[in-house]
Amino acid sequence: MCTMIVQKVPLEGFGKGAGGWFDMDQANVSWDHPFHAPEEHALNIDFVNDAYGPGARVAVELSVEGARQLVETIQSVLGEAEERGLI
Amino acid sequence: MYTTDQYEGMLAETVAMRGANGDRVLAYCARPLGAGPFPGMVLIHHMPGWDEWYREATRKFAHHGYVAISPNLYERSGHGAPEDVAAAVRADGGVPDDQAVVDLEAAMHYLRALPYVNGKIGVFGTCSGGRHAVLVASRVAGFDAVVDCWGGGVVMPADQLTPRRPVAPIDYTAGLDCPVLGLFGAEDHSPTTDEVALHEEALKEHGKEYEFHMYEDAGHGFFYYHRPNYRQAQAVDGWEKIWTFLGRNLAA
Repeated sequence: MCTMIVQKVPLEGFGKGAGGWFDMDQANVSWDHPFHAPEEHALNIDFVNDAYGPGARVAVELSVEGARQLVETIQSVLGEAEERGLI
Repeated sequence: MYTTDQYEGMLAETVAMRGANGDRVLAYCARPLGAGPFPGMVLIHHMPGWDEWYREATRKFAHHGYVAISPNLYERSGHGAPEDVAAAVRADGGVPDDQAVVDLEAAMHYLRALPYVNGKIGVFGTCSGGRHAVLVASRVAGFDAVVDCWGGGVVMPADQLTPRRPVAPIDYTAGLDCPVLGLFGAEDHSPTTDEVALHEEALKEHGKEYEFHMYEDAGHGFFYYHRPNYRQAQAVDGWEKIWTFLGRNLAA
C-alpha cells in the first residue's frame, strides 16, 4: 500500500494455504512491498477467500521478469489446450 | 545513558483501547518499571503490519526510557499472522486516513491518562507509519515531536489520491505544531529525494521546526535488520539522532 498499485480480480479455483486446500474466489495483484522477497517492491499475487479470514491466502512474490514470463506461459498453455479442443 | 550497575525493569504487554468508531483496537505497550514520570511515544507500524519488528521497537523505546504504545492499525481486517492481515490491507489500498488518525489520537490520549507519563508525547513511524506520523501530528493537537522514517506518500500527486487517502499529508503542514525529525534514504523510491525536498520546502514555508537527514547508500527501510535494505552504519546513526531529538523535545 505504499505504492497503492493494486488490483483485485475475481476468479474460481482452489489453493493450498497454511491450513490446507480452500476454495479461493479472488486474486489480489499488487506492485508493492513484498514480505519475503529481498526487494523493495515485487509483483505480489495473493489468492484469497475473504470469507475464511486473512489466513486463507496463497501468496507469491515475483520478479518483474518472472511475472511477465508467467503471464505469457499461462496464455500459451491455455492457447495450446484450446487448439487441441480441450477447453 | 545506561550503566551496568543500574536497575532496569520493563513491562511489555498487549492492551486494548477504543479507536475510531468506538472499535476495540489492540495495542502493544512497553514501559520502564518505576513511577517515572516518563515521556510517551506512539509507534506506528509499517505497511508489512503490526509485526515482530514493531514489538521489538516498542520495547526498544521502553529501554530508552519511554512509555511506548503501538496500536494495531489493521485491527478491522481481522486477525491472523501479521503478514496475512497486512496482505488484506494492501489489497484494499491501505487503511482509511481518517480512521488511522482517530486510532492514533486515541493512543496518544491513552498515554496521557497514565499516571507515570510526563505529559510529553511523541510519535514515530516507518514506511506508511512515517506518513501516518506526519498526518496525525498535522491534524491533531497534542503531539510534542514527530519522527518520520522514510514515510512514502507524504507528497501525493492528485492522481494518487483515493477515497481512503483523499488529502496528501503535506497539505496539512500548516496545522503541524511540533518539531519533526525526518530520516530518509537517498536510494528510496518512496519517498524520492525530490519528494523529501518538497516536504522540506513546505515545512520551511510554514515556519516549522524540523531536521531532515538524507542518508547516502541507503534505500527504503534501512533500519530493518531482517531485510537486505538494512544499512548498519546509517541505522546506528539514525537511532542516535532519534534519541537526541526526542531527549531534547520530550523532557518534562
